[in-house]
Amino acid sequence: MSWTIVAPSTQPEPALWRRVLDSRFMPPVFITLILLVGNFSFGILESYTRTLLAIVTSITGELILGRIFLKKWPHPASAYITGISVGILLRSPAYWTYALCAALSITSKYTLRFRNRHIWNPSNFGICAMLFLASDSVAGLSIQWGNNLTSLIVIWILGSVIVWRARRFNITATYVASFIALSFLRSWITGDPWQSEISPITGPMYQLFIFFMITDPKTTVRSQTGQCLVAFAIALVEFFMRLDNSIYAPLYALFWVGPAALLIEMWLDARRARALPAVLPGAQPA
Amino acid sequence: MKRPPIARIIVTVVFIGMLATPWMIRHFSHAQARPVASQVDCRAALARYGFCFQQVAHQAGIDFVHQAPVLDHKLDGIMPEVASMGASVSIVDFDRDGWPDIYVTNSRIGSLNHLYRNNHDGTFTDVAQQLGVADVNQPGTGVSMGAVWGDYDNDGYEDLFLIKWGRPELFHNDHGHGFTRVSEAAGLPPWINANTAVWFDYDGDGLLDLFVAGYYPENVDLWHLKNTRMMPESFEYAKNGGRKYLFHNLGNGHFEEVSAKVGISSRRWALASAAADLRGTGYPDLFVANDYGIAELYLNDHGHFHEAGEETGVGFAPKSGMNAAFGDIFNQGKYSIYVSNISEEGILLQGNNLWVPQEGARLHYANLARDLGVELGGWSFGAQFGDLNNDGNLDLFLENGYISLSRSRSYWYDFSKVAGGNSSIISDASHWPAFEGRSLSGYQQKKVWMNDGAGKFEDVAQPVGVTDTYDGRAIALADLWNTGVLDAVVANQGGPLLIYKDTVAPGNDWIEFDLEGTKSNRSAIGAQITLFWNGQKQIQYISGGNGFASENDRRLHFGLGKNPQIEKAVIRWPSGTLQTLDHLTPNQLLHVKEPA
Repeated sequence: MSWTIVAPSTQPEPALWRRVLDSRFMPPVFITLILLVGNFSFGILESYTRTLLAIVTSITGELILGRIFLKKWPHPASAYITGISVGILLRSPAYWTYALCAALSITSKYTLRFRNRHIWNPSNFGICAMLFLASDSVAGLSIQWGNNLTSLIVIWILGSVIVWRARRFNITATYVASFIALSFLRSWITGDPWQSEISPITGPMYQLFIFFMITDPKTTVRSQTGQCLVAFAIALVEFFMRLDNSIYAPLYALFWVGPAALLIEMWLDARRARALPAVLPGAQPA
Repeated sequence: MKRPPIARIIVTVVFIGMLATPWMIRHFSHAQARPVASQVDCRAALARYGFCFQQVAHQAGIDFVHQAPVLDHKLDGIMPEVASMGASVSIVDFDRDGWPDIYVTNSRIGSLNHLYRNNHDGTFTDVAQQLGVADVNQPGTGVSMGAVWGDYDNDGYEDLFLIKWGRPELFHNDHGHGFTRVSEAAGLPPWINANTAVWFDYDGDGLLDLFVAGYYPENVDLWHLKNTRMMPESFEYAKNGGRKYLFHNLGNGHFEEVSAKVGISSRRWALASAAADLRGTGYPDLFVANDYGIAELYLNDHGHFHEAGEETGVGFAPKSGMNAAFGDIFNQGKYSIYVSNISEEGILLQGNNLWVPQEGARLHYANLARDLGVELGGWSFGAQFGDLNNDGNLDLFLENGYISLSRSRSYWYDFSKVAGGNSSIISDASHWPAFEGRSLSGYQQKKVWMNDGAGKFEDVAQPVGVTDTYDGRAIALADLWNTGVLDAVVANQGGPLLIYKDTVAPGNDWIEFDLEGTKSNRSAIGAQITLFWNGQKQIQYISGGNGFASENDRRLHFGLGKNPQIEKAVIRWPSGTLQTLDHLTPNQLLHVKEPA
């Protein structure tokens, strides 16, 4: 998760309510809403302080690193989402894990770069790194949210509106459709009830995963067709990981597929750029 | 993006350092941990920790192996999970000979429960059949899940309430010579799927009342299911479990169910309960640890309860509560509460809770399990506080391990994919993948956390001899051989009953109290003793059931450390009577009768 916030438009500033509802603020508002409603309804947070620690660490890291590398104060909304995502998705009795995960997530944006572009979704990288490296101290969110239909429908509707406005609904829809189709295939292969294969997507981790993590503008490819292909590839890799009983299969699938897709896109861009002079006006073929 | 080279190098080094941090923390903490001896060396354990356990069940004449329930065949696929409870142990001196006896439950239809009478010579003899409390798992009546003992008619002999998934049973103790089934006469309902019950005198009338908490709904017959929608609706917010009962003792052998009338109403999935006066009001409060949800704390306002879990801090974060034990771990005259949950590395880290009362006018608890080092056990069940080395500080004995089947194949993946799903999926057993012989947090080691008296607990289970890896459920502590030490009796699901005989290094003294009520209930359940010695004090109370599916010895055991000077013992009886005992000498068992 982490939705890198895209640059604001240069058109005249609209009214406040429109600004709040524009794509720049919607994700942070939405995720805050999920957090508050979830916590007041179900007490989803282990503690406020741990989530707060993740948010503060994330924003502080972003401000410091942005100031160093960009020579300006970056907008904190993206780091806020990263911090809040870590606060929700990471489960640990310890405080240091939240601070470390948030710090890793933000720092990855400034260190793991290729052709001046960060290639991992920050919180996906941070959480996967913690699950790989500190499995004795952390777990991923798996069973919080109330498990009831009302909260599920509300979050899905709101989430769909957000990604629709951000023009990324195609990613979510492709992934969900692929996941469901592959669930039935998995059920046929393993002999387990299809309901148990569908079950994960009805849980909280996926609600955050499909609306925030795989749709992050900065770490997704540009073309809509490419986005759909990547979403399907994530679902496919996850399918194989699930056959291998990987509990955090979606996170790990995105961890591998996301950067690979971006690298391929960059490679294709470079090829196109090399080929471009040949078709420029005046550059007549021999 | 501009990239100042030096800054970039520094940030990259910091980034690599952060990636290495978990390894460094793990390495550092392991380097600090003391090496665990591969073989138990009792002499070394005595020298280092002051105590050592030897598992002596067989030598004591006990070769009991618990049999797990076999429920409706519709549940065959997940039978290991739905039939994962039933092993219990309770300590009782049923014949009043001054020696603790042991009652253990069995859980397969047709299997027998056992009542082991203490022979005073280190051995026990099963007298359950002879006395009529063995054949209690007959077809059509359900099976045993636990037992709590209390003298409900104040005739001086402890009576037996049998906790069942099925027909709850009350047996009257006929002066130690036999038991008479009085369930219908007592007014008990025909069926409860319960895992916990506790005797306590909630209204201070001198008669023991009985709290029983349902797990599965009471309209579910687990052997004849109408459908498979009998699982919890959520892994952490389930409210579709069994109802709660508070049976008010009318004094004529009959009980009146008053839970709604006194403010107890819940359908959470209760697994453990315990009652003690947490606020010093003279009335016992009731703590309920719930599976699939938050804990509940019913504060007793002179016979009427209000649920205060959230306001006191213990009922906020939902976990998988499986134990309720009270202990004055800081010797400050206040009870902390230990609740066990689930911890599995990299998958689910709920952590156990140690609720410690905070300073201030209103009752509020903080979870200090991590700070004190008693947070991560495993898939934890029963736990008990007791001074295992008589050093004057309460230690903690914790049972772990859920389902031990295959050593190489785990059910955790399937468990996690369903447990996080929507209620319509999780609540139907037919949607759960079959176990197919896989384990779920199986073969786990136990924890014996030694209290250093300075705010830290150290796990010494392996070096002191607690080395089994059975699926531990209930643990009860008792001075089984009247030697001034606390032995541990452990009931394992589908496994053997274990008796860990305690040996304490010479030098640490002790004192024990055996109380008998007169105005209060004769079992003296709810009575509490504050012992003052060497400038410190420790509070303990007599419980009518605590831990998980267990009940400790009625006698209270205090370790005193070296060269103790006992100032006094103050007994507060359930009737409100205060009694002060002076001039006490250590290393004795005191029989105390409530002043008339």
